[in-house]
Amino acid sequence: MKLLVVEDDRETASYLQKGLGESGYLVDRAGDGRQGLFMASSGGYQAIVLDRMLPQMDGLSMLSALRAADIRTPALILSALGTVDDRVKGLRAGGDDYLVKPFAFSELLARLEALLRRGSATPATTALRVADLELDLLTRTVKRGGKPIELLPREFRLLEYLMRNAGHVVTRTMLLEHVWDYHFDPQTNVIDVHVSRLRQKIDKNFDRPLLNTVRGAGYCLRLPE
Amino acid sequence: MVAEKLLSPAAARPWSWPRRLPANLRRLVRAHAVRLAALYFLVFAASVLGVLFFVYWTSADFVERQTEATLDAEISGLSEQYAQRGLSGLVQIVAARSAGDRGDAMLYLITDPNGRPLAGNIAGWPAGVPARTGWLSFSVESKSKGHIETDPARGRLIIISGGYRLLVGRDISDAAAFRDRVKTTLLWSGLAALGVGLLGGAAMSRKLLRRVELVNRTSERVMAGNLSDRVPLDGTSDEFDQLAANLNRMLDQIERLMTAMREVTDDVAHDLKTPLARLRARLELALIGPLDATAQSEAIRAAIDEADRLLATFNALLGIAEAEAGAGRDEAGPLDLGEIAGAAAEFYEPAAEEKGFALSLAAEPEVRIRGDRHLLSQTLHNLLDNALKYAGGGDLSIRVFRADGRAVLEVADRGPGIPEADRHSVFDRFVRLEPSRSTPGNGLGLSLVRAVARRHHGTVALADNQPGLKVRLEFPAFAAPPSA
Repeated sequence: MKLLVVEDDRETASYLQKGLGESGYLVDRAGDGRQGLFMASSGGYQAIVLDRMLPQMDGLSMLSALRAADIRTPALILSALGTVDDRVKGLRAGGDDYLVKPFAFSELLARLEALLRRGSATPATTALRVADLELDLLTRTVKRGGKPIELLPREFRLLEYLMRNAGHVVTRTMLLEHVWDYHFDPQTNVIDVHVSRLRQKIDKNFDRPLLNTVRGAGYCLRLPE
Repeated sequence: MVAEKLLSPAAARPWSWPRRLPANLRRLVRAHAVRLAALYFLVFAASVLGVLFFVYWTSADFVERQTEATLDAEISGLSEQYAQRGLSGLVQIVAARSAGDRGDAMLYLITDPNGRPLAGNIAGWPAGVPARTGWLSFSVESKSKGHIETDPARGRLIIISGGYRLLVGRDISDAAAFRDRVKTTLLWSGLAALGVGLLGGAAMSRKLLRRVELVNRTSERVMAGNLSDRVPLDGTSDEFDQLAANLNRMLDQIERLMTAMREVTDDVAHDLKTPLARLRARLELALIGPLDATAQSEAIRAAIDEADRLLATFNALLGIAEAEAGAGRDEAGPLDLGEIAGAAAEFYEPAAEEKGFALSLAAEPEVRIRGDRHLLSQTLHNLLDNALKYAGGGDLSIRVFRADGRAVLEVADRGPGIPEADRHSVFDRFVRLEPSRSTPGNGLGLSLVRAVARRHHGTVALADNQPGLKVRLEFPAFAAPPSA
């Protein structure tokens, strides 16, 4: 997996290169927007991580230019500008995800993985399956081991998102954004309560728990090794 | 070296006002009020001159024109006589008219072709006057009060058949005197009017300048740091007084904002210093502590948590600042408060139940306001968070309804409530009523609530729920345009 990091701050860039490298990515770095545009359009990257405020050409112009040239490499914008307006601008310019600096590295990794999966997922899925857990998007029913499980609508949405990202870490912020469309920090452990409710329903009467907590990062739906 | 020093500044300076011109004179010339007064004076002077000229034309000139008209009438009368009775008849008439002073200052003279007088009241052909038909100006000698004087006269000559000349004229010394008099009068009154205009203009612009100068001096003092200085009012409530009053109100607003900002900065500095000191201490302890991997990673984790809390505080402050900056801005879309409340209730329901609350939602349909969904959701989340943190359990109700054309959102709990004395200060940044500060939180939740309420032209009020706390947010209701 080859990634392009477009970041002018040397320290942040080397932190990203080191962290992403340890997670198994090959990372190239561009120091300004023009170089970033050149490298991104020469292709070969699975995803782009880019800063907004860059010398020569700012991140959003670079992204717009890239999208105008019909290059659809998924892009994650990293920025210190964090208001809702800033996010909307970033996503309109062609960004696929938006993460506000400073960020937890686990958050960045989880979001990058989700981005990379989104590129390969077939959009016309009507059913999701993880081990013996099945979710039917058309009838909106859930079964585990053939036994139907009753879920509230919000629990269904939560499970759907977890199943679409099965095997990968999903952070609390990602759940907040994608399941509830809330773009601000939670003050209390509301998300944890939602997840534990869901866990009660899908894991309680079964031997092998599927919904795992990843300490310091978030949750992951998968079979334990 | 010396020559260079002397020359260079002069060479560098293009021509401007002479340097020795007193500064306040230069300012006076530049001042807009003076230019305005000068322009006004020019217009004034032109109109005064116009009026004077008109008066002159209708009075002095009128007399002259009347003289000419009289002479014309006389000549046409004599011409008729001549046509009927010939030269001798004409001579007779002229002789008759010239006899005796009739007091009308008319002058007659008939001469033969050589200029010898035949009849008339002028002694001889006036010297130096050419004998051609048309209007003539000449002078006659007259006796008055015992001595002879020369008077100006105006007349018309016609040559009748055989080269005989008939001159009919009039002594215009009275008219000339009248004209001179009118001229002098007009000149003096014109000068007086212009003088008054000039003085008045100068006085007016001075008065204007003085008041502008007052405003200027006050702004300079304010800019120099004396924020509580104000422009003096003179109580006339004219435009200048209104300008001064508006400036003063603006200065009040600025001063209030500056004070508020200073307070906020102090609060921020104070409340962020404590967690930063803790963070530093933790890192220092990890550095000097035992080289045990688990202990070290535990210390680092604790430091990261501390940093996260700091960041959360920063984000909350930025959120408040953003909401406050947008105050008064009209948001685009109408929102259903009931929908926002419903989503929040659904989001909080499990956590509330876990903590022993009975969360209920009663929302009237179609309670709409103009607003920002994210900010309003966050506001409601802050209120629910507070209830979960401090109320301990029991009924927790969210109500959305209309009252007196306002959209109302109420969150009420059965907790300890907030004493009346504190109900105002809790909205300030970093204010936490719990002295021990044992519950997590940064004291910014209600500050955001108030900022969001203000941004939406709304109000927030705390009340006693008997027992418990009732937070009531009121917004102007969005009135849907009538559907066609």
